[in-house]
Amino acid sequence: MATVRKVLPRRLVGLATLRAVSTSSVGTLPKQVKIVEVGPRDGLQNEKNVVPTAVKIKLIDMLSEAGLPVIEATSFVSPKWVPQMADHTEVLRGIQKFPGRSYPVLTPNLKGFESAVAKKLYSMGCYEISLGDTIGVGTPGAMKDMLSAVTHEVPLFALAVHCHDTYGQALANTLVALQMGVSVVDASVAGLGGCPYAQGASGNLATEDLVYMLAGLGIHTGVNLQKLLAAGDFICQALNRKTSSKVAQATCKL
Amino acid sequence: MGNVPSAVKHCLSYQQLLREHLWIGDSVAGALDPAQDSSQVSGLPEYVKIVEVGPRDGLQNEKVIVPTDIKIEFINQLSQTGLSVIEVTSFVSSRWVPQVAAGATEISVFGAASESFTKKNINCSIEESIGKFEEVIKSARHMNIPVRGYVSCALGCPYEGNITPQKVTDVAKRLYSLGCYEISLGDTIGVGTPGSMKKMLECVMKEIPAGALAVHCHDTYGQALANILTALQMGISVVDSAVSGLGGCPYAKGASGNVATEDLVYMLNGLGLHTGVNLYKVMEAGDFICKAVNKTTNSKVAQASFSA
Repeated sequence: MATVRKVLPRRLVGLATLRAVSTSSVGTLPKQVKIVEVGPRDGLQNEKNVVPTAVKIKLIDMLSEAGLPVIEATSFVSPKWVPQMADHTEVLRGIQKFPGRSYPVLTPNLKGFESAVAKKLYSMGCYEISLGDTIGVGTPGAMKDMLSAVTHEVPLFALAVHCHDTYGQALANTLVALQMGVSVVDASVAGLGGCPYAQGASGNLATEDLVYMLAGLGIHTGVNLQKLLAAGDFICQALNRKTSSKVAQATCKL
Repeated sequence: MGNVPSAVKHCLSYQQLLREHLWIGDSVAGALDPAQDSSQVSGLPEYVKIVEVGPRDGLQNEKVIVPTDIKIEFINQLSQTGLSVIEVTSFVSSRWVPQVAAGATEISVFGAASESFTKKNINCSIEESIGKFEEVIKSARHMNIPVRGYVSCALGCPYEGNITPQKVTDVAKRLYSLGCYEISLGDTIGVGTPGSMKKMLECVMKEIPAGALAVHCHDTYGQALANILTALQMGISVVDSAVSGLGGCPYAKGASGNVATEDLVYMLNGLGLHTGVNLYKVMEAGDFICKAVNKTTNSKVAQASFSA
């Protein structure tokens, strides 16, 4: 169905199959973690209020200022299904592209989403596979088992985790993934984006809370937490919603 | 994901998923597939004792003073959940903390790894506080009443900032040697991260056996479950939490939020660790108390489940 060949790197988010296998032993933590900021795409896509193009562009620029190495900018889908991402072309043209950074776009194909597993996606040519706990039901044991299974087929360096915080498990699940050697983590500034399957429930892991943990662990991310907090504050005001980041909530109180 | 096609929404039937999902179910019912039980292989304890501090630590820091009959109803509901330890109240000078009640078969004493915090919290030095605790512990033990010791500011202090693991160890060791059966190490302002938790526990565990230790993590910076997981990985098997994530500390400005019992139980269920706690009943107790104090829950599990 796709008619235009996208020149930007393709990044597909898929549900990995869970299998019960014996767990591998816990390794050491990576020295450096790449954070993939999905707020402008995954986050905004699932917010009730649609923000103007100028606001999206400013958010992405603020996130670039904060040092995030990868920012998922938008999604090339039919505006009929996802009106929040209807301005994908203008957003991509309007943002500042900082040198050395990535601004991938989502190009989901429903058929591929249903039938592909991580191995297939990888063999199709994706440079990275982000394994998503879409409804946030995972817990650390399940994360460990799933990663043990996937790493038999796809090398660790090509894997990322995308944990939703619907049941408050995201950071613990992310920690386990890091302990197993994963060094790419998806997160969304201010924890933008709820869960369309559970009204009122939270969605993405807040980037601020992730950065806080990684900084405490002495893991390099290249992200400036203060600037990130500023970006989160900006978009929450634009969306007229409270932040879902605990770090942001704590910082505001002091 | 935005506008999900209605066909997909219908197929998923979220309520069905909630009921059937292993992690929500009653862990006592043994619904877990033994093949998925990774607790023994990964070095996690088989059984985790949850110490519910909602009625004390939680309510102590709520603006609304809850009537006694509500507190009693709340605690009775918690007793139905399978929680084996419920901290019901505290004996503090009513000048400092207005919530006071009566009756106990077990008591707790609160020390801290920070001089400033101790001074501001109970108006004396650490050394003086231990002197007072010694009297309390001796009389309690004389009456065969077990005593639990707490060490606050184990991962950081709102006044002094960084706290060394050695300082935490010194205070914990004093309380333990005086006769406390268990020492709960508290991240009072929630600033800890898995790395600092690990360093602190490594130091304390040189002097006190893991079986006599507990962790009390605040979720002020969203780190609580990750810190608890780290503690479990190191062999700690007692965890404090508060239903709905009630309360915090009135003496550390900005501090808020115990870790929510619902979210903790969810994680432990998922890990295949036995707790004896019925998650549904905990959620009901949480719903009850939130209505009583007129606040929204801090538990993500409750938010996801009640709104669905």
